[in-house]
Amino acid sequence: MSLSSADSDQLTLVDGVREALRREMADDDRVLVLGEDVGKNGGVFRATGGLYDEFGSARVIDTPLAESGIVGTSIGMATKGLRPVAEMQFMGFIYPAFDQLVSHAARLRNRSRGRYTCPMVVRAPYGGGIRAPEHHSESMEALFAHQPGLKVVVPSTPSDAYGLLRASIRDPDPVVFLEPKRIYRSSREPVDFDAALPELGEAVVRREGSDVSVFTYGAMVPETLEAAEMAKEDLGISVEVVDLRTLSPLDRETMVDSLKRTGRAVVVHEAPLSGGLGGEVVSALQEEGLYHLEAPIKRVGGYDTPVPLHALEDFYLPAPVRIAEGIRETVEAEA
Amino acid sequence: MSTLQRDPEEQVQVLDENGGVVGEVPDLGDDELVEMYRAMRLARHFDKRAVSLQRQGRMGTYPPLSGQEGAQIGSTMALDDDDWMFPSYREHGGAVVRGVPLTQTLLYWMGHEDGNKMTPDTNVFPVAVPISTQILHATGAAWASKLKGDDEKAFICYFGDGGTSEGDFHEGLNFAGVFDTPNVFFCNNNQWAISVPRERQTASKTIAHKAVAYGFDGVQVDGMDPLAVYKVTRDAVEKAKNPGDRRRPTLIEAVQYRFGAHTTADDPTVYRDDDEVEKWKAKDPIPRLEKFLRETGRLDDESVDAVTQSVEEQVADAIDEAESVPRPEPSEMFESVYAEMPDHLREQMEDFEQLREQVGDEAFLRE
Ligand SMILES: Cc1ncc(C[n+]2csc(CCOP(=O)(O)OP(=O)(O)O)c2C)c(N)n1
Ligand SMILES: [Mg+2]
Repeated sequence: MSLSSADSDQLTLVDGVREALRREMADDDRVLVLGEDVGKNGGVFRATGGLYDEFGSARVIDTPLAESGIVGTSIGMATKGLRPVAEMQFMGFIYPAFDQLVSHAARLRNRSRGRYTCPMVVRAPYGGGIRAPEHHSESMEALFAHQPGLKVVVPSTPSDAYGLLRASIRDPDPVVFLEPKRIYRSSREPVDFDAALPELGEAVVRREGSDVSVFTYGAMVPETLEAAEMAKEDLGISVEVVDLRTLSPLDRETMVDSLKRTGRAVVVHEAPLSGGLGGEVVSALQEEGLYHLEAPIKRVGGYDTPVPLHALEDFYLPAPVRIAEGIRETVEAEA
Repeated sequence: MSTLQRDPEEQVQVLDENGGVVGEVPDLGDDELVEMYRAMRLARHFDKRAVSLQRQGRMGTYPPLSGQEGAQIGSTMALDDDDWMFPSYREHGGAVVRGVPLTQTLLYWMGHEDGNKMTPDTNVFPVAVPISTQILHATGAAWASKLKGDDEKAFICYFGDGGTSEGDFHEGLNFAGVFDTPNVFFCNNNQWAISVPRERQTASKTIAHKAVAYGFDGVQVDGMDPLAVYKVTRDAVEKAKNPGDRRRPTLIEAVQYRFGAHTTADDPTVYRDDDEVEKWKAKDPIPRLEKFLRETGRLDDESVDAVTQSVEEQVADAIDEAESVPRPEPSEMFESVYAEMPDHLREQMEDFEQLREQVGDEAFLRE
């Protein structure tokens, strides 16, 4: 089989998603893709482009318009030995499937004492910043990270999109795989298709620094790296940036190690602040690293309002200037 | 009531594809018929301009409606003033008939919150983007009206062929049947849900058939025949208020076609053939009604030109007006979340305002 559609040395994040799907489908005929417009149309973001032609309509399936139907039938398929990868067209439309995800996918192993399991992936583009219409810009990852039994994965680079999605498909448990659509095509990088797959549950240090650690994920990673550069240039602050990559389970070890090196921490996400993942990160840091803390931990997030329509979304999303301000405050705080 | 009591496979038609009369013309005055034509022309012209505004970067993603004017205008004109409309996101043509200014529709797709602040007295709910969620609201609103003893109002709800696959469709129609609510469920079957064809949504022979299981009338109508749509909707609205021995709700399946893309972010050539589009363009509701009106002496070259000119002016004015509205005050995003702003939100707003003052708006803007 030819697997040459993407040039391995220049992939975008969405290319990484597509290549992961292609290679998993090629390697494992239990894997199938289903969702709205994933077939002939190749997905509204083209994340499944070409798969329909390559693998046919029995493995790349356009379903009726029903998210609960897509996720619920995926659960049934997963229990019968298939490896469904369900696409939710946007995270804002995942809610009809919420019951199936939290009441069943997440709990099937536990409530059947391991008799039935649910190895499946639910993919969804999430987040703002693309001037999309109402309900197309949500970041509700905390809802899923709160549910025991689900894993929640968010890549921020083309290589991670590729590696983490393949690892998610192979995982024995249900994974909610959230794709930062704002950076689907914003940068390219070479992807080593043959590299060992990353483990779920491992964070990675994207930038090393000594004054403060900033914990973030998804589309906020490039924004945070930009803020780190601003903080360095304007204020001479040395910022470490940790990309969490898996939101559940969190990689507490990498997080606390970083905190021990810098003594100060900021958490950044575009989701609303209250009840967001930032609170969980802060808890983990203080539980295991309180005695290393030299200042209160700062959270920079979306505001506690619905995501505004796109005329105002730039003011809602944490911009580098706002992240840099959070960094400054944290570094200047007196213990 | 006769148009509603029929086999769900039998399509109601008044005008054939050439504007010839093949059914009973509804009882509309000359002015109303010309107004129907004008409203359809307005919707078509608005649509063309809106797509080009998006192309020029003057507006965000926009869902075009061309081809669907017959269903939109025919059905909304059949409503009484006190009736209520629950739209999807593609109903801007019908919304104008109900009094929603074009400017408001433009503002919504330009990303202004005020686009959702419905003009008082229009009896139109805000646009519903999550598919079919509005169906339950329409049922609930109709139910409330009935519980309050009001027999004067009908509640029409619009959704697509794809929308009939969601659980909310089933639940909304089931409640309506059980509680016998004054609803008109209007399905715009435009053959496609983005790239997914109608046959992939249901194995049911027609969508109208589904009403049988809910215990009320289901009727299929030529959705590109505005007179047939008017007639069927009018009968359904009247039955909702005066049901006689029938159940109040009705499911109308208006068979039609979207000529353009699903939204400006969509490329329909990926999933459908030009031949198919051409076949449906032959049923275009606008020339169909125009022929009928010309042949019956209600329109001539001069009056058609006058309509052309007036819709062009109306749309141009609406665009000017929408574009002259400045970007909303950023702190507006903190408003209207709750009746009273909680303290933590006020603090977030104050922090935001302080930073804005320090760094200026430009520092936040991407593009
Ligand atoms: C709950 C939900 N799922 C998915 C979407 C994305 N989406 C927007 S429009 C659309 C297709 C709708 O098709 P149909 O109901 O036939 O209406 P049409 O657009 O053709 O008028 C989809 C899948 C959505 N808006 N809401
Ligand atoms: Mg449709």
